[in-house]
Amino acid sequence: MPEPDAGVLARRGDIVAALRAIVPGDGVIDHADALRPYESDALTAYRQPPMVVVLPQTVEQVAAILRWCHANRVKVVPRGAGTSLSGGALPLADGVLMGMARFNRILDIDYADRLAVVQPGVTNLAITRAVEDAGFYYAPDPSSQIACTIGGNIAENSGGVHCLKYGLTTNNVLGVELVTIEGEILRLGGRGLEAQGLDLLGVVVGSEGLLGVVTEVTVRLLPKPETARALLIGFPTVESGGKCVADVIAAGIIPAGMEMMDQPAVHAAEAFVNVGYPLDVAALLIVELDGPAAECSHLIDEVEAIALANGAVSIRISTDDAERAAFWAGRKAAFPAAGRLAPDYLCMDGTIPRRCLPEVLTRMRALSERHGLGVINVFHAGDGNLHPLILYDANQPGQLATAEAFGADILRLCVEVGGVLTGEHGVGVEKRDLMPLMFSPADLAQQSHVKSAFDPELLLNPGKVFPLLHRCAELGAMHVHNGKLPFPDLPRF
Amino acid sequence: MLRPAGIDDLCAILAAGGALRLRGGGSKDGIGAETPGATVVDMRGFAGIVDYDPPELVLTVGAATPLAAVQALVAGQGQMLAFDPFDHAAILGGAPGQATIGGVIAAGIAGPARLSRGAARDHLLGFTAVSGRGERFVAGAKVVKNVTGYDLPKLVTGSWGRLVALTELTLKVLPAPRAQQTWVTTGLDPSAAVAAMARALGAPAEVTAAAHLPRWNGAPATAIRLDGFPGSIAARAAMLGPVVAGLTPLDDTAAAALWLAVRTAAPLPAERPLWRIIVPASRAPGVVAAIPNADWLFDWAGGLVWLASDSDAAQVRQAAAAAGGHAMLVRASAAMRAAVPALHPQPAPLAQLESRVRRAFDPDGVFEIGRF
Repeated sequence: MPEPDAGVLARRGDIVAALRAIVPGDGVIDHADALRPYESDALTAYRQPPMVVVLPQTVEQVAAILRWCHANRVKVVPRGAGTSLSGGALPLADGVLMGMARFNRILDIDYADRLAVVQPGVTNLAITRAVEDAGFYYAPDPSSQIACTIGGNIAENSGGVHCLKYGLTTNNVLGVELVTIEGEILRLGGRGLEAQGLDLLGVVVGSEGLLGVVTEVTVRLLPKPETARALLIGFPTVESGGKCVADVIAAGIIPAGMEMMDQPAVHAAEAFVNVGYPLDVAALLIVELDGPAAECSHLIDEVEAIALANGAVSIRISTDDAERAAFWAGRKAAFPAAGRLAPDYLCMDGTIPRRCLPEVLTRMRALSERHGLGVINVFHAGDGNLHPLILYDANQPGQLATAEAFGADILRLCVEVGGVLTGEHGVGVEKRDLMPLMFSPADLAQQSHVKSAFDPELLLNPGKVFPLLHRCAELGAMHVHNGKLPFPDLPRF
Repeated sequence: MLRPAGIDDLCAILAAGGALRLRGGGSKDGIGAETPGATVVDMRGFAGIVDYDPPELVLTVGAATPLAAVQALVAGQGQMLAFDPFDHAAILGGAPGQATIGGVIAAGIAGPARLSRGAARDHLLGFTAVSGRGERFVAGAKVVKNVTGYDLPKLVTGSWGRLVALTELTLKVLPAPRAQQTWVTTGLDPSAAVAAMARALGAPAEVTAAAHLPRWNGAPATAIRLDGFPGSIAARAAMLGPVVAGLTPLDDTAAAALWLAVRTAAPLPAERPLWRIIVPASRAPGVVAAIPNADWLFDWAGGLVWLASDSDAAQVRQAAAAAGGHAMLVRASAAMRAAVPALHPQPAPLAQLESRVRRAFDPDGVFEIGRF
């Protein structure tokens, strides 16, 4: 991270006093012990207690804080629930951490226009909980949805296992209220399907907290599908599984979810949850279909035929929701299951063109041998988003560095075959220094110009997304030690 | 007129500056103020299919590739541009078939299926462009799932040539539906029609498109379309019965005629100024009630109001804004276009931020030619 500014640190007392004048009561935290819980997000390899935490409750307070920080050249890091896997909410030693947890109200639910207006600290799942009795839901479902906030989803453009069919956050948000670093309160988008003028909403979603602070969100609601059913299909080779995925899509079918696991991941998951996964297959595919019962049943027949044509050696079809949940249980247990294979693992997040899957897995195995570390693969197969889990032991000297080098090699491989550094976890601090693999200096300069249009003094969440001139030596990832995940109660898949 | 043959030419032209107007096929020349002082940069050299891999759902094309060619290419593989783009020749006159995919993206054009499948911005994955600085850059990527860096594809979609000159686009394509069926119920007033469409969209029937025409074959018609697999369309139609009374199926020819009319606002009189008003759907009846003597129709279940009216522009914009929306002037005389900005003016703080974002791409204002 950037070197802390000694001048700012010297003014800490004045800064705390100024924040207390804006947010009364217990909304300003400056005691060292109380700052400790904020020292990292779910990318716990990086820790840094903030200079001070402020927990505003109103948009006017947010605007006043940002205006004051801008006038006094103080950096600000916004934070939702702190579940980022890329260090998006990592604090700064000389920065204010603005926690949005107190913006926790659902303001309006409008079934006629099928939208909900919520504050950014509302959790992703709470939106669905609020509307499900009326037959609706909010589609993006990141694995941390029980804890992650909609404001954080906006910052990271969060996805989930259903995003091939239903889109990412950006495709499901109609509008936000945004406060700029200068303290200006703006409305981008609204309740209609499109805004006039430049699509500033489109660039704010996924901007990782670098462009402004979101204080209100309007999301689309969808009617809940009548049924959902899943197939669990085993293949003798990764190639045949990959071909099946391509053939399903070529047949005009966009499943609600399509997930693949390689053999080591299948074994790890089955040992962990015992749901009856076949152990003799090279690749296991879960295909979920949703919609009217008649449609699900028709498409299950089609997918089954495609799977058989591609040499599937085992096929199970769910008959009820409990069986469907069992198919998913192993997939959703892949991360904790990895924790039993090795004391530590790194979770990577790259996207590749799906046709390159066999090549990428083969080359990943070669990298695994070269680095001397194991890797298991879970894969959002429908959209090409890979999550390799690199197994290592942080107590063995040098293994962490080796694991990080292996991770960087995997992301280089993703980019080399035409893919990207991150499909859904964000760049944050984790992949910041790899950005030049994907983008030329001119590409990055253009993105920096956009940043400067919103935040000319570069005070909002600095040190994230863009490579620094003086790069940190290490490349991080989601580090898990002795099975102790950050947010251990959150599913991660 | 300048006609760059390649990207180096284009970089040199933009770096040299001046007042430049980007133009593809010219199908939307009639939108915005005339700009006699601007030099037209004819982008038609940037045409052609670069890469298309149907199972990846990804298509990369030169920006000036004709829209019709792109649609024919993907249709040949049973796929589609799901945002339902269309050629503005039907609205603005001129020869059909000139619209380019780059123009469609730059203008953010989407048809009736936009209601369910997303806008142009939701289907642009990546691009290559030259900024107003004369610098070539890329943004986004060529895969369907990506959050690396700012989502500049969203920002350039609908920017109307005010940020960059697009040279190459990577689009997400989707399987085309195997079957399609439209149902119509007649005789509803605007409020009842919007309420009926909202109920249809609130059912798990996955309605693709919904429109209301106050005069279609002599009576108000509310149309609802389902796309998908043959058996499932029947199952989903059964879900609509309890929420919308009196639905009768249209044959394919009649349905095609109806959706073409909706897409291009064809029933509205060509001699009156044409507005494209976007509001929350539930507010659409209020908008048309506030503007006397207007001809109109609702697309996107009411979320898009096509409105032809001789009323004062301020009155139209006031009605749109009061309903939480905005009004774009799409078709008007040259005199009116010179006096009335095509795009709905923004509140001052937002306009200032927009201006700064434009300068981030075009610091010297080479694209700032007064058209909008």
